[in-house]
Amino acid sequence: MESTILKTRNFNAFYGENHVLKNINIDIDKNSVWAIMGPSGCGKTTFIRCINRMHELTPNAHVQGSMQLAEEEVYEMNPVLLRRKVGMVFQRPNPFPTMSIYENVIAGYSLNGIKLNRKEKDEIVETSLQRAALWNEVKDTLHKKGSFLSGGQQQRLCIARALSMNPEILLLDEATSALDPISTAKIEELIYELSTQFTIMMVTHNMQQAARVSNKTAFFYLGELIEADATKTIFTNPKNEKTQDYIRGHFG
Amino acid sequence: MKQQQINKESETTGAMLRHIRIRNRKNYLFKALIIGATVMCTLPLLFILFYIFRQGITAINWQFFTSLPKPVGETGGGISNAIVGSILILLLSCVMAIPFGVGIGIYLSESPKSRLSYYGRLSVDVLQGIPSIVIGIIIYQWVVRPMGGFSAFSGSVALALMMLPSIVKSTEETLKLLPESLKEASLALGVPYYKTIMKVIVPTGLSGILTGVILSISRVIGETAPLLFTAFGNPFMSTDIFKPISSLPLIIFNYATSPYHDWHQLAWGASLILIVIILILNIISKIVQRKWKVQF
Amino acid sequence: MPDVNREERGLQLKEKAFKNTLVIFALLSVVVLLAIFITLLFSSMPSLKALGISFFYNKDWDPVADNFGALPFLLGTLITSFLALIISTPFSIAIALFLGEYYKKGIMAEIFKNMIDLLAGIPSVIYGFWGLFVLVPLVRSLEMKLGVAPYGVGIFTASLVLSIMILPYSVSLSRQVISMMPGHLKEAAYSLGATRLEVITKITIPYTRSGLFAGLLLALGRALGETMAVTMLIGNSHILPTGIFSAGNTMASVIANEFSEATGTVYTSALIEMGLFLFVVVTVINIIGKQVIKRFTA
Repeated sequence: MESTILKTRNFNAFYGENHVLKNINIDIDKNSVWAIMGPSGCGKTTFIRCINRMHELTPNAHVQGSMQLAEEEVYEMNPVLLRRKVGMVFQRPNPFPTMSIYENVIAGYSLNGIKLNRKEKDEIVETSLQRAALWNEVKDTLHKKGSFLSGGQQQRLCIARALSMNPEILLLDEATSALDPISTAKIEELIYELSTQFTIMMVTHNMQQAARVSNKTAFFYLGELIEADATKTIFTNPKNEKTQDYIRGHFG
Repeated sequence: MKQQQINKESETTGAMLRHIRIRNRKNYLFKALIIGATVMCTLPLLFILFYIFRQGITAINWQFFTSLPKPVGETGGGISNAIVGSILILLLSCVMAIPFGVGIGIYLSESPKSRLSYYGRLSVDVLQGIPSIVIGIIIYQWVVRPMGGFSAFSGSVALALMMLPSIVKSTEETLKLLPESLKEASLALGVPYYKTIMKVIVPTGLSGILTGVILSISRVIGETAPLLFTAFGNPFMSTDIFKPISSLPLIIFNYATSPYHDWHQLAWGASLILIVIILILNIISKIVQRKWKVQF
Repeated sequence: MPDVNREERGLQLKEKAFKNTLVIFALLSVVVLLAIFITLLFSSMPSLKALGISFFYNKDWDPVADNFGALPFLLGTLITSFLALIISTPFSIAIALFLGEYYKKGIMAEIFKNMIDLLAGIPSVIYGFWGLFVLVPLVRSLEMKLGVAPYGVGIFTASLVLSIMILPYSVSLSRQVISMMPGHLKEAAYSLGATRLEVITKITIPYTRSGLFAGLLLALGRALGETMAVTMLIGNSHILPTGIFSAGNTMASVIANEFSEATGTVYTSALIEMGLFLFVVVTVINIIGKQVIKRFTA
């Protein structure tokens, strides 16, 4: 029995009157790479933003139902403490512009006032940058500002920043959509290697990417979870007709 | 028949050409007029600066900066008390105005649509337009009377009120321009909202905020009216914030309107110093804006 | 576990405290403004009660005899402000066209824009000081040529300096609206064969006229409240002005001159009442100006 890191039961999300996620039931297992896909407006981004409660930042947003991260009710936890356990990388790279590369990676600790000595910090920075496959490119320029990096490098910096906190889950919200194909490929390789240590959920509107990188896939449509299964199954033998239509490109 | 038609046509063409020539001439004249008027308006500026420089430079010497004004009839003397007074009042005003100004600016940029935002912005706009003499009256009623006398402190409160609107505005404008993704990056790391604002958002917007502060200082440093019945002026050196105090604009006003030539000289020197300080502050603000600006 | 709880509660408290502080600060700005108005109103009460509306048409200001008529100062304020506006308006529109139409970018734009901004940076007291020693002698010789009493100081001199001082304020707004003129409207006119002058007078100015008007309003607001330069140049007379070369006073300059020595409740209160008047008029003008701008940019 694989251990489940995230479990939702009858989970619903609303923006005011707008019912954007309807009765989502899903089990996310540890150390897997989940692709969350579906056409625009299907709720996939909303779903992952509910996991670290970023969805609450929109006024009049609220949820119903159960969502458990490592057996704790997400919506009963303090959102700030929750977010330290969940890492998120956004569509557009957003390193902190006033900080150096080094400071960016360690930002989760320094901004939160968590005290570390020099040796600990150096270790965390090196490990995280290694995991993000960025260490060799920046190890001599750690104290330069993050804005000097290319788009792909900046995004890997953001991944390193999220990884430094050793999150239970790493959420990628269309993290490669704004990047060129080479950077995208580098990051996809990275995801594969990271999955041995982290659980990854990636929202993507690129089906080929989902097929390439993930081992499990969830297909959302109009706020409902239509099907969630092994990637191979979803792409070769989907159980639901809508999934099949989407895979075949009939809409989306 | 044909000849008549051709004649008529060339007449109208001729009239049209003449008309176009007139229109073109008017066009050029107008542009010349515009340029002339603009240059004319910069002349007062040059005259004033030149005149102050010429009159004031003769008054500038070491004694000018370090000694107190001498009584009427004695030559020499300086404006040391006014310089110290101006600095003291400004420091105190900054301490009062910056936290409130930046705080209100943060609120307005974070909750732009709330009702409090609407009324707050309106209040700040109105505050900016209040004549400085009226601010002086207000602070007289609020601070000078309860305190029983004039003081540097009351002058600082008056100037702080005048600095507030521009600090609020520049803070709000700067923070509004920052992308939402900056805040999200910080919040997603589990950084609480208050730390996100104070340690990420505000530092990123520092150049704009600082520029606003420097500009507001350059605006109030030359204000006289609000100090007339608050700080009041003091012929002696004082660093006591609860006593009346001198300041550069006050001393310029008093000496300029006096009938003594020596005092006029001091006033010119003080004017020169004041203008130079204002110029330097403006240059610094431009440097801060350019060098420290965070690009997205 | 208990550590997390304590941390949680600490966090929640700090978050709440921060958000509440921001709200309090914003509230404070509204409260301060209301307090200013109420203070002015309250402090004017003795004078309002004792003198009533006659305050504004009584032409005698005689503190010694307890007679307070603000008409001379009301007139002084209005005349100097409107005269300054009349003098500066053609120039402010010209400069606005220079910076917003003819020389929008480049060296010329930078130089002149900075120079106009510098005009706004010169403190009022220095304008007054310069005016006393440079303009006053000039006006005096003009007055001698015209056969008028050669005071040098007076309403004319004060208005002259005032017009220079309010110039940057109307220019800044007017320049903005002129430069925001949609290019396609101008191009349509050009393609029909219009000259630049014609585009300006027939298309640009009519289109931006509400913005230009707002700029003038804001300049007027500044002029009404301006104190130091006016005090130093207007001659400080309590008598009703008889012409533009006569000495006079504005409400602001009277307050500046007499407030610290005013004795007696009604005297002080009368001065404050003038302050209240200035506050209300300037605020109304500014609000109208801002509304016009809002409607224009909408």
